[in-house]
Amino acid sequence: MRRAVSLALALFCLAAPPASAADTVNPKADFKAFRDYFTKRFPNVPLNDFVNGPYSMDAELRKQWVEIDAFPPYQFALDKGKQMFDTPFPNGKTYGDCFPNKGIGIRQNYPFFDAKSGEVITLDVALNQCRQANGEEPFDYTKDDMAALTAYMAYTSRGKLFDIKIPNDRRALAAYQKGEEYFYTRRGQLNFSCASCHVQSPGDHIRTEVLAPALGIVAALPIYRSEWGGMGTTSRRLITCNSQVRGVPLKPEDELYRDVEYYLSYMSNGLPISGPGARP
Amino acid sequence: MASTIRIRAVSSGDTTEVQALVQHPMDSGFVKDAQGNLIPPHYIQVVEFEHAGKAVFTAYWGPAVSKDPYIKFSFKGAQKGDDLTVSWVDNKGATDSLVGKIQ
Repeated sequence: MRRAVSLALALFCLAAPPASAADTVNPKADFKAFRDYFTKRFPNVPLNDFVNGPYSMDAELRKQWVEIDAFPPYQFALDKGKQMFDTPFPNGKTYGDCFPNKGIGIRQNYPFFDAKSGEVITLDVALNQCRQANGEEPFDYTKDDMAALTAYMAYTSRGKLFDIKIPNDRRALAAYQKGEEYFYTRRGQLNFSCASCHVQSPGDHIRTEVLAPALGIVAALPIYRSEWGGMGTTSRRLITCNSQVRGVPLKPEDELYRDVEYYLSYMSNGLPISGPGARP
Repeated sequence: MASTIRIRAVSSGDTTEVQALVQHPMDSGFVKDAQGNLIPPHYIQVVEFEHAGKAVFTAYWGPAVSKDPYIKFSFKGAQKGDDLTVSWVDNKGATDSLVGKIQ
């Protein structure tokens, strides 16, 4: 009897059509495994606290941050971002006109998969598209103006929960998979993947830095880093990660970087936006 | 032009706790730019907080202080609603000031 069952099973497996690459991608299962990994490994960290990165891991660091956050170093960027956001382009339109809900409280929906272009569109890319549609030069993707604008847009979305959708589109799944692969691929002279630090070792130190957990790591962006002495966007963060492992960084908002952000943001679904953040 | 200063002063009865943030490059004069040229020194030399015409806190800063410096101190003798004036002067003679209300 048992033999008959296993034989039937084997026949069934043989009869199943060969799975193509996209069929093996299962974001929902990844999401569950990812979340379970972090919540089991850090049972004392409340789920919503993961968005506070290293501060969720280290009590001493957290004390400093609470004090810093009472008078946050990103304040100047935030004020500048609000002013930029509210100032119309010469044609009379504003940034708000390019976005749903006038651009207020929408950070949690980015990045999204754009079926028209077949690519992942991050908030930063959407902002530059908005500028170009209104006859303006695009901003540098790493800091200054772009960081100020995204800081303000994140600020208006604080507390809103990440709601990243992966449509049932082969290209969207492929983008997700590429992002996931990039995140787990070792690179650079030190042979680290993103996951080596942010999945394998959150809470551990690299020199004086406390490593942030990958769960919720995108929720605080853009960030003011004391190490940079200024604001940085998601691109700047990824470029820094790449160069710190002595790898070759990609271009800001490179397709792969956008895919990584897509992957990480999907993994953070249900966690609140906490940006702009302040990090050591 | 937005002010380069942000201030928050909170009275808790007896003492007033003051926090301030100043936007300034604070170039030490020892750092080179991407082309290898020295960035000339540009830093704040004096920061002063005044309450009721009297200096309550004066700092003499130099090139060792970080970019966009942050200050925190407390003093006695002020009431809620009083004005607190902050001003700074840098080595190029530039200056800025701001009047904040004690909360």
